Amino acid sequence: MSAVLPIQDLSTTDSPPGPRRVQPARWKDHAFEWLTRFFALLVFSLLAAILVSLVIGSRPTLEKFGIGFLFSAEWDPVKEDFGALVPIYGTLMTSLIAMVIGVPVSFGIALFLTELSPAWLKRPLGTAIELLAAIPSIIYGMWGLFVFVPLFQTYLQPTIVNAFDGIPVLKTLFEGPPLGIGMLTAGIILSIMVIPFITAVMRDVFELVPPLLKESAYALGSTTWEVVWRVVLPYTKVGVIGGVMLGLGRALGETMAVTFVIGNAHNLAASLMAPGNSIASALANEFTEAVGDVYFAALIELGLILFLITTVVLALSKLLLMRLARQEGART
Amino acid sequence: MSAISAQNSLYRARRRTNAILLFVSALALLFGLFWLVWILGTLFYEGSTALARATFYYEMTPPPGADGGLANAIAGSALLVFVGTVIGTPVGILAGTFLAEYGNKSWLASATRFLNDVLLSAPSIVIGLFVYSVYVARVKHFAGWAGALALGLIVIPVVVRTTDDMLKLVPNSLREAAMALGCPSWKMITMITYRAASTGIMTGILLAVARISGETAPLLFTALNNQFWSLNLNAPMSNLPTVIFQFAMSPYQDWHRLAWGGAALITLAVLVLNIVARSLFGRKNG
Repeated sequence: MSAVLPIQDLSTTDSPPGPRRVQPARWKDHAFEWLTRFFALLVFSLLAAILVSLVIGSRPTLEKFGIGFLFSAEWDPVKEDFGALVPIYGTLMTSLIAMVIGVPVSFGIALFLTELSPAWLKRPLGTAIELLAAIPSIIYGMWGLFVFVPLFQTYLQPTIVNAFDGIPVLKTLFEGPPLGIGMLTAGIILSIMVIPFITAVMRDVFELVPPLLKESAYALGSTTWEVVWRVVLPYTKVGVIGGVMLGLGRALGETMAVTFVIGNAHNLAASLMAPGNSIASALANEFTEAVGDVYFAALIELGLILFLITTVVLALSKLLLMRLARQEGART
Repeated sequence: MSAISAQNSLYRARRRTNAILLFVSALALLFGLFWLVWILGTLFYEGSTALARATFYYEMTPPPGADGGLANAIAGSALLVFVGTVIGTPVGILAGTFLAEYGNKSWLASATRFLNDVLLSAPSIVIGLFVYSVYVARVKHFAGWAGALALGLIVIPVVVRTTDDMLKLVPNSLREAAMALGCPSWKMITMITYRAASTGIMTGILLAVARISGETAPLLFTALNNQFWSLNLNAPMSNLPTVIFQFAMSPYQDWHRLAWGGAALITLAVLVLNIVARSLFGRKNG
């Protein structure tokens, strides 16, 4: 039989006759593998652990207010009546402002760096933009409070209020006394903070476009802008959205910069000039001063809401970027 | 004739749109650089007065109206960042090793990579809340350990990501060569691939240190703050970010000056770490 099917024979023979092979210490291999596996599992379960601890921490308010917590604008520590509407509104509004300003600017920067910049300038300019991400958020907050707010209050804010006075919707959005602090200020500072993140992703995905596609478009007489708008952007659409979502995730959870300039007032105002509150800034300001189980639980539930929103946004961003990468892999 | 001129005007219009939009993109870049220069400029201008005084480095944080320095905050911050890095780095490296060397494309590795990337951008204040509820709420007092743990949790995803990426860059032929010589895989990983990827992993650790040096939110309800000199990790500990927060929000001029000094110091440290990490990595990948 072995003469007929030598290959099968080889694979089924476990211990060939002859001198015994020296076996390396197998247990060390297993031990090391399981050690690394253990820590990978630890990282794997970290998000779930955070989720569970936040849910446990917010049980008192989950039971007391139920789903109504999300839609109530009350925030009364004395009567122990809490609702998350104001901080949620502030978080979403400031992030929205940040996106409205940050996304076009990031697109412009990524466009400049990938298509226009001379090669020798690419690296220093790219690094400079990335340094914006390295500056700690408390620095943005402090600088915002001491430098940006006074200038904004004296020069820019009155101009904006006057400019939009009388225009139906915009009037409501931009009215009120020029306090300097408020949701608009927080949004502007957030926009500066998310620019490096969105730009980095956009640059990376723009580089993925096959040169052949771009060159074909140029050969047909397209201008640079037309190549970017009609070829590069459609090709990288998914990745660009992923980058925007990444920036959004960052903006939603940003704490210190917002805390300094948003005004920390529990009020629901239609005007963006009015002081407000975001989830993260409410936590930063009130957590160490909170007394009573319900107050604590309300703050932890705010944290839970923030965690859920950002996790969904970031997971979506990651999925979109993975989809682009897979597309890319299938094409090449 | 008219067709040609119409075409020409269309062409001109396209050229014009192109020029305008490219100009706008250059403006966008200037917009970004403008903030960077403005922020760093005011920061170092305002911070220099505090940084130039020797008392800044050896006197404790003062009560309002008095003169003082940030010695306790600087020492506390250094200790917290150090302990945080020591907690987070081994976990990150070992988990990253699993992803690159063992897990590869298994579901556990893919899922861990995914969750790790989410963790990488998760709001740091939520990490603070987490540590508060699993540590501070249990022992019933704020402590340096809790702050270090929170910082360590922020280090982990950064290190996991870079370790994974860097180990994947190590050519497989190196691994095969070691295996062919009869090297067991744990030895192959610790003595061959770690060494080949060491610069990259180092870069990751430096970037993680830079990231946690300026983190404020997770320290607010873990390490809290301390007006006095204390390196006891079991007690509330002073640290630069929370001192800056407290001082900057206060109405006192002296405190503002110190806050600017502390802010300039942190930013300087973070920028230096970033530049060192970049040049390390840049040299390797030339």
